[in-house]
Amino acid sequence: MQVRSIVERTIVEVANEQDKRLPPLSDELLLLDTGLDSLCLAVIVARLEDALGADPFSRDEDVVFPTTIGEFIRLYEEAAH
Amino acid sequence: MHLLAARTGRAGARQFLRDETREVDVAHVAREALRAAPCEPLRGKSVLLALPRQLDTAIALLRLAGVARRIVLWPSDVSPGHLGDVCDAADIDEVLTELPWQDGGNVGAAASDAAEEAAVAATEWVLLTSGTTGRPKLVAHTLATLAGHLRNDAAPSGGPVWCTFYDIRRYGGLQILLRALVGGGSLVLSGAHEAPAELLLRAGAAGATHFLGTPSHWRRVLMTGAAAAIAPEYVRLSGEIVDQAILDRLRDAYPTARLVHAFASTEAGLGFEVADGMSGFPAALLDQAGNGVALRIEEDRLRIRSSRVALGYLQSRLIPVADADGFVDTGDVVALHDGRYQFAGRRDGTVNVGGQKVHPEEVEAVMNLHPAVQVSRVHARSNPITGAVVVAEAVCRMAAMDTDQSDAAIGLLQAELRSFCRDRLPPHKIPAVIRIVPRLELGASGKLARQRA
Repeated sequence: MQVRSIVERTIVEVANEQDKRLPPLSDELLLLDTGLDSLCLAVIVARLEDALGADPFSRDEDVVFPTTIGEFIRLYEEAAH
Repeated sequence: MHLLAARTGRAGARQFLRDETREVDVAHVAREALRAAPCEPLRGKSVLLALPRQLDTAIALLRLAGVARRIVLWPSDVSPGHLGDVCDAADIDEVLTELPWQDGGNVGAAASDAAEEAAVAATEWVLLTSGTTGRPKLVAHTLATLAGHLRNDAAPSGGPVWCTFYDIRRYGGLQILLRALVGGGSLVLSGAHEAPAELLLRAGAAGATHFLGTPSHWRRVLMTGAAAAIAPEYVRLSGEIVDQAILDRLRDAYPTARLVHAFASTEAGLGFEVADGMSGFPAALLDQAGNGVALRIEEDRLRIRSSRVALGYLQSRLIPVADADGFVDTGDVVALHDGRYQFAGRRDGTVNVGGQKVHPEEVEAVMNLHPAVQVSRVHARSNPITGAVVVAEAVCRMAAMDTDQSDAAIGLLQAELRSFCRDRLPPHKIPAVIRIVPRLELGASGKLARQRA
């Protein structure tokens, strides 16, 4: 559960910094509909790498790019194990 | 020159250019260009195109090639603060911020084909690329260096409909515009703040089959689930290091598409294309790059010579971009593994954030302006979304930190530094992560120790 809250907090933090109005976060929310651009996502991934010590995208070559918030969070939860 | 085919409507099938607001018929624009009395005041002038819309820029290019002496393309993300320097270096007579003519303007006399061709060939096309200090460098080309290698091999029914995430006011995007025009094709341009997914939906509806972007653009497309909006025949990546993961993901998404990645730079021009679905390029390419291109690797850096190399950097006069043998040092470091060269980063430490260059020194200079910062160091960190992001370490002045070194105080300072950078730098140059550190190592020369590729 802690991973989830760190990921969510980071998403909100970066959205605020970049003046993006974020819809309420839910697992089903499409990344497409968050209003976050590539750079926002890149910053979120960089901060999470520091906060969680994990970069799930670099684990292996078979990472499927997440398309929803839920998939994004799950990627980090799995990497934390 | 091939551009004339588009201009005189000899290209055959109908060609269009469109953005999110309108569509223009290339032959129509071209016919007007040939009789363009409204362009006459710009004849022989050095013109800077600072038009907000890419589509208007394309129209202006079609009309002013062969009319203006020099055309400078101003990308919308360049700081207006550099305008004076650029105007001086390029000897600018006119700055266009909107099209100075109405569609269907006055009819003047058309020049003969031969005279027209000579005039078009003589026009200098100038592109901006970012310099170490943040001040743009001006790179001069002609239509011959930009498009001399392009052929019209389109079927009588017309060339493909292209779509690119790139900006046609930069080298990569301008290549696609010329490829579409010369090759009898059409082009769907991105809108000013259009998300990649929206562009793909629009391009798919317009019948686009040839799609080009950076690896970051394509990662974004895959993450937004917009990949299914298109059925491409051709997918091309360039502008950043292309890794195997993104090639594999795109192969999965578009199993029947021709998947190509290319190396090009504003100075060296288009170098080569790789179509075997693997990252890097085969070592054999050094001996047989073909297409009049020669490749060399010296001090681990890729050097390129071809007919597509720029005329030079423009600074009151032309300064060569190539060495005495005609080779351009791309500054890109390559390493040989199992018979293939893989790109390993930039020799000069330039960071490529989603296809946009960042010089660490430029970001450090801004960080160091903050009263609490004694010294800072900025470097690249690889990133699965944009290829790389900028990260910073800062050493604080004693007075700023000695009373309170709690996490909360550090967090406040980090937020303050981020906001300080946000006020002074474009988004891709703002450090994604700022770490407060007790000291930074100095190298033997007394300079900050840097990790170089």
